[in-house]
Amino acid sequence: MYALLSSIPYWGQTLLRLLGGAVAVLLPAGTIVYLFLFKMMSFMQSRLGPMEAGPYGSMQLFAEVGKWLQKEDLLPERADSFVFKIAPLIVLSSTFLLVAVVPFGPDAWFTNFEAGVFYALAVSSVSVLGILMAGWSSANKYSLLGGLRAAGQLIAYELPMILAVVGVVIQAGSMNLQNIVVAQNAGSIFGWNGLGNPYLLTQFVGFVVFMIAVQAELTQTPFDMPIAESELVSGYMTEYSGFRFLMFFIGEFATAGVFAFIASVLFLGGWGVPFSWFGWSGINDVDSWMNVGGPLIMLTKMLGLVFIIMWVRFSYPRFREDQLQRFAWKVLIPVSLVNIMATSVLKVAF
Amino acid sequence: MAKVPGLFKGLGVTFGTMVETITHGANTVQYPHVKEAPPVRARGVIALHEGNCTSCMLCVRSCPDWCIYIEGHKELAPPRRAGGKPRAVNKLDRFDIDYALCMYCGICVEVCPFDALFWSPEYEYSEPRIADLLHDKAKLGEWMETVPAAPELEVGADKKGKK
Repeated sequence: MYALLSSIPYWGQTLLRLLGGAVAVLLPAGTIVYLFLFKMMSFMQSRLGPMEAGPYGSMQLFAEVGKWLQKEDLLPERADSFVFKIAPLIVLSSTFLLVAVVPFGPDAWFTNFEAGVFYALAVSSVSVLGILMAGWSSANKYSLLGGLRAAGQLIAYELPMILAVVGVVIQAGSMNLQNIVVAQNAGSIFGWNGLGNPYLLTQFVGFVVFMIAVQAELTQTPFDMPIAESELVSGYMTEYSGFRFLMFFIGEFATAGVFAFIASVLFLGGWGVPFSWFGWSGINDVDSWMNVGGPLIMLTKMLGLVFIIMWVRFSYPRFREDQLQRFAWKVLIPVSLVNIMATSVLKVAF
Repeated sequence: MAKVPGLFKGLGVTFGTMVETITHGANTVQYPHVKEAPPVRARGVIALHEGNCTSCMLCVRSCPDWCIYIEGHKELAPPRRAGGKPRAVNKLDRFDIDYALCMYCGICVEVCPFDALFWSPEYEYSEPRIADLLHDKAKLGEWMETVPAAPELEVGADKKGKK
């Protein structure tokens, strides 16, 4: 598989990677919006959701995108037009940069950084810049408030997220996402290797902290103070319309998908199946059909995790700003620090 | 920490509703295909019984939105009994309700002393042009067909009008 890819000229590889990246971002985003935002939310509110466009409203998303494309691209008079226009691009590009590091199979990856975890966490915080730019350049006090709240929240929840991942990194002994996948699937629980060793079990605290931080990073409800459609009229997105709003919208749900990909890599064993099922011992033994099966396994795990994110989103009311900050600094960060300590002590002990 | 059981209970409620919607169907109906009959006394549209209207203008004056327009003139009708004076009757030229303004408060229906205005539960009269929401005398008269019969008086109720 890798040899086949190497025979393609460099521009061809680049083109393939770009295409794959677009698919890896847009396909989960579309699936998430239809499956969870349109259907699951409706079911949880005892209604059917969109039913007219296509069978069971499955083409609704195309109708929505068509609607957004037709809308006028408004620019507030006093807005800083360059910053205003580039902000959604920055938010969306951080999603694309994030997916670049996710491994989807033994050879199906876009890039294979040694410090993949570090890169992913660093790049994911670029979207804060875009959000802050959007809020500041809109010349609107609601946008500014939303942007500042978003900055405060995203920075506050970046820390527990990083600290939660540190536990995984310690246990796997590597920052490379591919190695983390292999370490989980080739691992064993007290000598029994029927299930590999998904870090969901050993790093359960880290997983919970990570998922809560992801919820906050995505500004999904309980943590949607920056959006707060009922008081800030969508915060930093207030002044955006048409295609630029669509970019924020895609960015929101694509990032949900990509974060779920990363969470499944870190905690659920990523693309792999427990290697003992097929008698593989390492990454080099893995059959090449996993390059097709891997992405499907990833997609399934991603949908499961996004289900939890959206389920929480549709169930809970919003945190107050002070509760939100207190929760991050006084609960999540101490818990994840204790988790790191426990992990490192156990790592040395065993 | 004490709030944790409540958090899971809340997740259970939404999950239960989802399962119930999938297995037993939603609480809503798919509107243009399936229609729910509104309650008999629903405030859908106001109908006009033209014969009862004396163009007294009480409804016009009591309307908070000023959305009723009445124009009329006096006409001489032949006397009731031979040898009497010709009677002056109010002839209704125009009776319009602008449903683009109406807020469905129903004060006009309450205030009408001659039972010329009625509530009808009919609700499907949206228009692509906002000016078409001005219903004239003829259209308001057509709504009379949809007005449900008045409910029976309670036993022992004081019956007004003709004994």
